[in-house]
Amino acid sequence: MPIRTVMKANEAAAWAARLARPKVIAAFPITPSTLIPEKISEFVANGELDAEFIKVESEHSAISACVGASAAGVRTFTATASQGLALMHEVLFIAAGMRLPIVVAVGNRALSAPINIWNDWQDSISQRDTGWLQFYAENNQEALDLILIAFKVAEDERVLLPAMVGFDAFILTHTVEPVEIPDQEVVDEFLGEYEPKHAYLDPARPITQGTLAFPAHYMEARYTLWEANENAKKVIDEVFAEFEKRFGRKYQKIEEYRTDDAEIIFVTMGSLAGTVKEYVDHLREKGIKAGAAKLTVYRPFPVEEVRELAKKAKVLALLEKNVTFSVGGALFQDFSRALINEKERPIIVDFILGLGGRDVTFKDLDEALAIAQKALAGEEFDEVNWIGLRKEIL
Amino acid sequence: MAVRKPPITTREYWAPGHAACAGCGCATALKLATKAFSEAMEEKFGDPNAFAIAQATGCMEVVSAVFPYTAWKAPWVHVAFENAAAVASGVEAAWKKKGQKGKILAIGGDGGTADIGLQALSGMLERRHNVVYLMYDNEAYMNTGIQRSSSTPYGAWTTTSPPGKYSIGEDKPKKWVALIAAAHQIPYVATASIGNPFDFVKKMKKAAKLEGPAFVQVHCTCPTGWKSPLEKGVEIARLAIETGVWPLFEIENGDFFNIKIQSPGGGAKVKREGGKVVAIEFKKPIEEYLKLQGRFKHLFKRPEAIDEMREQIKAMWKLLGVDVTLPKPEE
Repeated sequence: MPIRTVMKANEAAAWAARLARPKVIAAFPITPSTLIPEKISEFVANGELDAEFIKVESEHSAISACVGASAAGVRTFTATASQGLALMHEVLFIAAGMRLPIVVAVGNRALSAPINIWNDWQDSISQRDTGWLQFYAENNQEALDLILIAFKVAEDERVLLPAMVGFDAFILTHTVEPVEIPDQEVVDEFLGEYEPKHAYLDPARPITQGTLAFPAHYMEARYTLWEANENAKKVIDEVFAEFEKRFGRKYQKIEEYRTDDAEIIFVTMGSLAGTVKEYVDHLREKGIKAGAAKLTVYRPFPVEEVRELAKKAKVLALLEKNVTFSVGGALFQDFSRALINEKERPIIVDFILGLGGRDVTFKDLDEALAIAQKALAGEEFDEVNWIGLRKEIL
Repeated sequence: MAVRKPPITTREYWAPGHAACAGCGCATALKLATKAFSEAMEEKFGDPNAFAIAQATGCMEVVSAVFPYTAWKAPWVHVAFENAAAVASGVEAAWKKKGQKGKILAIGGDGGTADIGLQALSGMLERRHNVVYLMYDNEAYMNTGIQRSSSTPYGAWTTTSPPGKYSIGEDKPKKWVALIAAAHQIPYVATASIGNPFDFVKKMKKAAKLEGPAFVQVHCTCPTGWKSPLEKGVEIARLAIETGVWPLFEIENGDFFNIKIQSPGGGAKVKREGGKVVAIEFKKPIEEYLKLQGRFKHLFKRPEAIDEMREQIKAMWKLLGVDVTLPKPEE
């Protein structure tokens, strides 16, 4: 029987790792993710998880050790955030290029400078071109589930890509919520043993991994990564369906809320989706035709689903906890790519908000709504808007 | 007719056809190291192939694994420049969990070990992974075109330590990573040289057979970076030993008070007390080593720099507990 309990997202992530039975875990503590390696240490110390836990001296070595272990053919896991993920950056490309299905839990946190330990998505958004799959959790249950899903998708032979699962710093990492821990047997059936045909270090059948490629081969190697990302779109849908069948919880790349007759759809990711859904209820009560949509999958970018979503709205209001300088938020760029050649498309208005842990309130969303309504009315509007700025200290 | 047993296994793990420069001393080191590993694994586990290699970016990586070819007949993985020790940690952990018998060999040059990879190396040693780390020391960043490293010796020309009006070439003493490794109190640390292949093979076998981490720093000539004759690689490396430039030693469990020093040969007089080497009187001047290499050519117009080099070599030996006398060339 699944266990219904309460826990923080960090504990949920550690539980997901335990249920996935990785053989090697390598991690370095960083706020707000530290509880994950602590909890895993306990699991290993108590014999509840039969894994080698390498207490590395940096995040660079954490991901490098995971690459080594994954290249040797075992399931691996690590957790990090912010500067730690940034320190891994170099090796993230390599893990993807070597097609190693490592899973990383990310407690989404702002990047320095100024140093800030609180939530935004700049850390993992900045890894969007590394070739990794990216999932974002709205709550602690999703953090647990998406890690299991990430392993399943990552290890699929049509994919073989590493994956990261983001959940917001403090808002989720340190907040206790109800979580259902699935049965180990069901997880075992869902994930199966990881027995790679492409990555192993076996003296009986020596192979060379991590070669140099000249211009004659490099581009094809990159293209296979592109293809794997494309393949992942279908595999993710299959895995979501299987997950629902086994565990009873439904996931979609884009989850919609009250979008059917909506004029303005707010689009966001992570825990902010909860606030936005409540805000939509509040607007509906006032007779404003608003809806919400949440991206659970950010990479591969769900282009087709975005096009379907776009058909339902006159204005897409993107609420983003990240910045791509002189562009807006990363979602603005991604949504533009998905919609630019559509014959009919909604207006897109971009909102940057909630950086470095700033709370996003209904007042902030009112500010965004006002701009979205101007766009809806055909009035002039700014494409990129910083919401909740304290203009008095600028 | 009796057939002489070859001094080392004829099994090859580093195949011909790799793209190293002619006369590359590092290629020789890797060939010997893998053979030594194979013998050790055969003696320990009855399986000569029971090892895997994790290698840092560097000369020996780029020349050995150019897709779709490979020079490696052992399981081999390369990830990046600074993380061979961390990658090896992961491989070792995976093997442990899989119940795979054998030992992991990590390989890095002096750049990947003394400089950019020093942190990962320290972590790997401190955590006591069952890995032998082999540092092939050709004393500069040769892969990027001969820039100085912290392992470049005093006085050497490199492209980033050019001699000039205000420069004698590299102006810092060589950093001895073997001593840093030994400070981790790991079971075994050794220096070796392709100039003494028997000693090198013996040390690699010892390192491979013991449980826990070991570190071996092997001196390798680089004709391209040292501007030295292709055919004199082993001779030059041997002269480094015989003139006192390159010490051969072993440190077990970080016991700096009982460093084992190997005799340098070359007519050097070795003085022992209670079995320990306490003094060495070298007979060959360091100039014999220096003069075969273009990287030191400019020093012959700056004899005071060569004297300074002698002082630094004495200081290095002092750290090993040995008083050395270094002769000047006869006038």
